[in-house]
Amino acid sequence: MNESYTSFAYLISAILFILALRGLSHPETSRRGNQCGIAGMLIAVAATFAHGGMVGSGVALIVLGIAIGGTIGTVAALKIKMTALPQLVAAFHSLVGLAAVFVAASALNAPESFGIGTPHHIHLESLIEMSLGLAIGAITFTGSLIAFAKLQALMKGTPITFPGQHKINLGLGILLFVLIIAFIASHGSQLLFWALAALALLIGFLLIIPIGGADMPVVVSMLNSYSGWAASGIGFTIGNLALVITGALVGSSGAILSYIMCKGMNRSIFNVLLGGFGTTGEAAIAGPGGDKSVKIGSAEDAAFIMKNASKVIIVPGYGMAVSQAQHALREMADVLKKDNVEVKYAIHPVAGRMPGHMNVLLAEANVPYDEVFELEQINNEFSTADVVYVIGANDVTNPAAKTNPASPIFGMPILEVDKAKTVLFVKRSMASGYAGVDNELFFRDNTMMLFGDAKKMTEEIVHDLG
Amino acid sequence: MTPTDLASQAADLAHQAAILAQNAAGVAAVAAQHAPPAAPFVYFFCIFALAIFVGYYVVWNVTPALHSPLMAVTNAISSVIIVGAMLAAGLHGSFAAHSFGFLAVTLVSVNIFGGFVVTNRMLSMFRKK
Repeated sequence: MNESYTSFAYLISAILFILALRGLSHPETSRRGNQCGIAGMLIAVAATFAHGGMVGSGVALIVLGIAIGGTIGTVAALKIKMTALPQLVAAFHSLVGLAAVFVAASALNAPESFGIGTPHHIHLESLIEMSLGLAIGAITFTGSLIAFAKLQALMKGTPITFPGQHKINLGLGILLFVLIIAFIASHGSQLLFWALAALALLIGFLLIIPIGGADMPVVVSMLNSYSGWAASGIGFTIGNLALVITGALVGSSGAILSYIMCKGMNRSIFNVLLGGFGTTGEAAIAGPGGDKSVKIGSAEDAAFIMKNASKVIIVPGYGMAVSQAQHALREMADVLKKDNVEVKYAIHPVAGRMPGHMNVLLAEANVPYDEVFELEQINNEFSTADVVYVIGANDVTNPAAKTNPASPIFGMPILEVDKAKTVLFVKRSMASGYAGVDNELFFRDNTMMLFGDAKKMTEEIVHDLG
Repeated sequence: MTPTDLASQAADLAHQAAILAQNAAGVAAVAAQHAPPAAPFVYFFCIFALAIFVGYYVVWNVTPALHSPLMAVTNAISSVIIVGAMLAAGLHGSFAAHSFGFLAVTLVSVNIFGGFVVTNRMLSMFRKK
């Protein structure tokens, strides 16, 4: 196919990708958006097949690769439980990273295929772009693998820290920069290419291990962003329009999500990335001690209180995902609604292990999306609620974020559940949340603790309501 | 002013505009002859910078409820890196280039299919009352 036709096809697919993201501005248009994305991908692949000079064996190789990869991907996507979504996304990011490494390697070995020179005589700017794409791709690969291992609980979620960690990382970062210069100066030495790849892989690993499990929403968003920049870098190397545009879209999307997550915790991106949050016994943890008593209730008590309420707000957190309580929760809401109780759901931006995680789980349990509200939309409604049912969330409701300047979570926007008449806390134990801070809400007179598994407790309440 | 006057004035203006346009085209052609061939890096960089802005505005418009599908779909579309992998695997080249190309095609195909399927699964669950 003529070169300009191919470029035109790539432009069309890039536009379709933009429309795919545009569709996500509302649930109603989102499915159409996804179809646009699929169409864009088909056009890009078809245009590449039509590229002159494809050899028969090469086409067979491509078709085989698509068949193998497509089968694995489809099966994984159909089988995955919605609670395990963050892991799946992390795993997918790692594949994009690794693919960027491989494409960079093949560009180094067959520069003629991409029109960037001949072996050992690759254009200077292509070498710069190639090394950047390679480095970001490799960091994305190992970083995402660690994020996957932490989310899948193959690795402990607690931060791994050691003395001099940041200095070592900084040193390796400088070394990476030096290696990139050396690689470019060598006009594309194979040895330096792989040394660069190995170092970037190590850096990706070291960057993510000190970050704790509950900070994974930021990490996953950030790796999402990296995978975009890596794709863009490769796009520059091989001079492909679709890749440059799409990489920029994905890169800025991931960056915005990271920003939203950080804002949701009132922490800077550096604070998150440097890691170690919630491990050190910070002086601020001078919360109410064990001498204060808490009110412990049963499912029966909770059912009684809710039955007499006229408005109930449900606050789900990661604990709901862990115990798979979303279906039981929707049943409870159904029973309450039959009794003319108004039920709403309130979602904190950092609830769960990836952005929007709670929304997907509630949608899976058939909770209509117009009953689910974001923090800013619902925060002033807590004062009018009779009951708040907090299930598996803790830090995001802690009033210390507003009242105690010494607290590590001070300044974090919280769901103001303390303004409701009664707060029901479903928790497994009195253990503190991720931030390692006591929640003074537990000791208040209008709080009732419901100790037990989130799903079991909710099911018992449903039973007692009936 | 009668409609005929108006029409003749419009015709004059159009004529002038046409002459100006011809002059401009001539100047542009001369400029194009003397200008160096467009540097591809700058060309791609312009597109890159504009695309970041497009991404910025489009993504801020995404409703927070759909942030998970957003991640899944961006993941799927960033797999358009498959075009590079296809060129590596499909064009005449060394064994190494073909092998890396094949591996890359396989990996991103997992992503493309997986990403779009899981996004579709998520989106089909979002329902109204």
